[in-house]
Amino acid sequence: MSRISIRGGRLIDPANGIDEISDLHLADGRVLSVGQAPEGFSPEETIDAGGFVVCPGFVDLRAKLREPGQEHKGTITSETRAAAAGGITTLCCPPDTKPVIDTPAVARMIQERAAASGSARVVPLGALTRGLEGQQLSEMAALLEAGCCGVSNDRRPMSNLQVMRRALEYAASFELTVFIHPEVPELANGGCAHEGAVASRLGLPGVPAAAETVAIAGLLELIALVGVRAHFCLVSTARGAQLIARARHDGLQVTADVSAHHLHLSEYDVLDFDDRCHLQPPLRTMRDRDSLRQWLAQDGIEAICSDHQPHEADAKLAPFPSTASGLSGLETLLPLSLRLVDEGVLSLPDMIARLTDRPARILGVDAGRLDPGMSADICIFDPEAMWTLAANSMISMGHHSPFMGWEMKGKAVYTLLGGRVVHEPAI
Amino acid sequence: MDRANIQVDSAGSLRHFLTIEGLKRALLVELLDTAESFAEVTEREVKKVPLLRGKTIVNLFFESSTRTRTTFELAAKRLSADVININVPASAATKGESLLDTLHNLEAMHCDMFVIRHPDSGAAHFIARHAAPHVSIINAGDGRHAHPTQAMLDMFTIRRHKKTFQQLIVAIVGDVLHSRVARSQIHALSTLGVQEIRAIAPRTLLPVEAASALGVHVYHDMHEGLRDVDVVIMLRLQYERMQGGMLPSEHEYYRLYGLTEDKLRHARDDVMVMHPGPINRGVEIDSAVADGPRSVILQQVSHGTAVRMAVMSRAMQRSTVTGSVRESS
Repeated sequence: MSRISIRGGRLIDPANGIDEISDLHLADGRVLSVGQAPEGFSPEETIDAGGFVVCPGFVDLRAKLREPGQEHKGTITSETRAAAAGGITTLCCPPDTKPVIDTPAVARMIQERAAASGSARVVPLGALTRGLEGQQLSEMAALLEAGCCGVSNDRRPMSNLQVMRRALEYAASFELTVFIHPEVPELANGGCAHEGAVASRLGLPGVPAAAETVAIAGLLELIALVGVRAHFCLVSTARGAQLIARARHDGLQVTADVSAHHLHLSEYDVLDFDDRCHLQPPLRTMRDRDSLRQWLAQDGIEAICSDHQPHEADAKLAPFPSTASGLSGLETLLPLSLRLVDEGVLSLPDMIARLTDRPARILGVDAGRLDPGMSADICIFDPEAMWTLAANSMISMGHHSPFMGWEMKGKAVYTLLGGRVVHEPAI
Repeated sequence: MDRANIQVDSAGSLRHFLTIEGLKRALLVELLDTAESFAEVTEREVKKVPLLRGKTIVNLFFESSTRTRTTFELAAKRLSADVININVPASAATKGESLLDTLHNLEAMHCDMFVIRHPDSGAAHFIARHAAPHVSIINAGDGRHAHPTQAMLDMFTIRRHKKTFQQLIVAIVGDVLHSRVARSQIHALSTLGVQEIRAIAPRTLLPVEAASALGVHVYHDMHEGLRDVDVVIMLRLQYERMQGGMLPSEHEYYRLYGLTEDKLRHARDDVMVMHPGPINRGVEIDSAVADGPRSVILQQVSHGTAVRMAVMSRAMQRSTVTGSVRESS
């Protein structure tokens, strides 16, 4: 069907300052109008959104899809389906696939497979260096032409700061945003939990907050020198967020995101060696968590991401330090963000902005807003729906989450991608 | 994940022995009392009791150890259990079957208790979580996390000499950061209610944050730290600490933190000198002190068997009950 009316929902489109009970009309896969239908418009389908929120589909800045190379953990088809079920219509995937996204062929293949599976849009990040080895620059211009929305060395170290400077300069030549995971590897020193009270008690090798803040402080100087647009991924420390916010205030083109789990959990959740909380960067102190919430509210951090990393069951069947880090987060991104609204951190429109327009701007993609003519990527969610996270109801191939068994509030009811329903209530 | 203390059952009896943290004082005292009765057994002509006859205990060691494994083996044999020793070098473990597969294979051979040493912190917890309900897990050292039977034999040794814990000032000297023994000792000492626990080390071996998390008073100077202490526990210094840039040299470490007669003068006259072993003579402790009248280092070793008998018999008594319940249901 090409003409759809979504009626009676609370329409929230933060980019256009809209928050009202209003209808939304779609035609030919695009947004046609908000409010009154144009004269002569007759929808082929009407979705009753009474009691629901209607907003742009969510844009997730970091989700590993595991394809190509690790299809036993997840596939583009399985993970984009999980995204659709979570109301997410655009996913940014990091370049650490096997092979790495350092050639146009891999970048195109991922987008083609995503288009074929049809559940969500996937925009890849290209590798900043060949093979992510941190030594030789990748062919960034070619990666840009092949649809990459930015470049990143993911969590792999650069061999030295000179290579980093050159990479930033080269990326800046093509106005590419560089996505940075700030961590000094020598200070992280192979740790698997935040260096603090809990790691001390459990005897787990710690990653100090300074592993992140030293990296941020140093990189901000390079970013200022080069004048490149940079995005800091998965900021986990209060001090790190503060450094970035201050740098932006001083005029640097820097942005930052935080994972949904870092806004809810702390180092204490690792107690008793809960390997579902084995995450990189590690869960920090409660003060860090509270401060990250504040920076999010004050726009020091612009976006919330899922940091989705599906794993097969065996990846977690080992003592804590030997387990793979990461969780499956696509299906909990919305309820965990809504929880921030319930807890008074953000208003509902501000929360939605951090899942839609803001991340879309960081990626430089046309998404995350409902202007007429935009692709009709839409999430319709029930903000009051109560449900419990259980492994057997997850769509992602990965079933690890520290939120397993949590009572969740809020669930995507319909997800539309280019005007096509890709998720709807099971009958 | 179940956040309940998996070490004890609903009746409060010992089920696994993974860490001292979270165990009640009464339970620790009970273990010490039980160990006291086994200490008499080990001094008898016939050193065996039939408590665990027909039970099979596996010493599953992923890290090399001589003393700990031997005392566990001796303890099991004196309780009349059958003992199997399995040493898995770390390299073989990585290319071979997973830790869990090893466990399940041994369970299938109807083993009742596993004594586990592993280089990963949390390994004993992991195995306890996945073990069959009738199987007990004893932690014989996991990474930097815990070595609870060592701590209990140290408590046993202290109690034999000092009678009560209440008034004691105890100093732990050396590499607290990387020491599973120190962590377990600190939990045991604070649960048993000593007056003060001190840690003496340079900051590289004891970051400020770690010290406050563990609840110890930090000293960087031996003379100050040893003032008026009743018990001094020396930790073994690993050579890797020099390679890792945490210390400049053995020479400077010994000069500042090595236990000598001269430094020991600051402690109380009746101070006890302890060391979990194996000792590095001339690195963390002078031979004159290690072999001197205030040293109880060898007593610690001989108490190891009685304490491990106590832990094993306690944990197994509980698991016998569950085992029979399971069979009859």
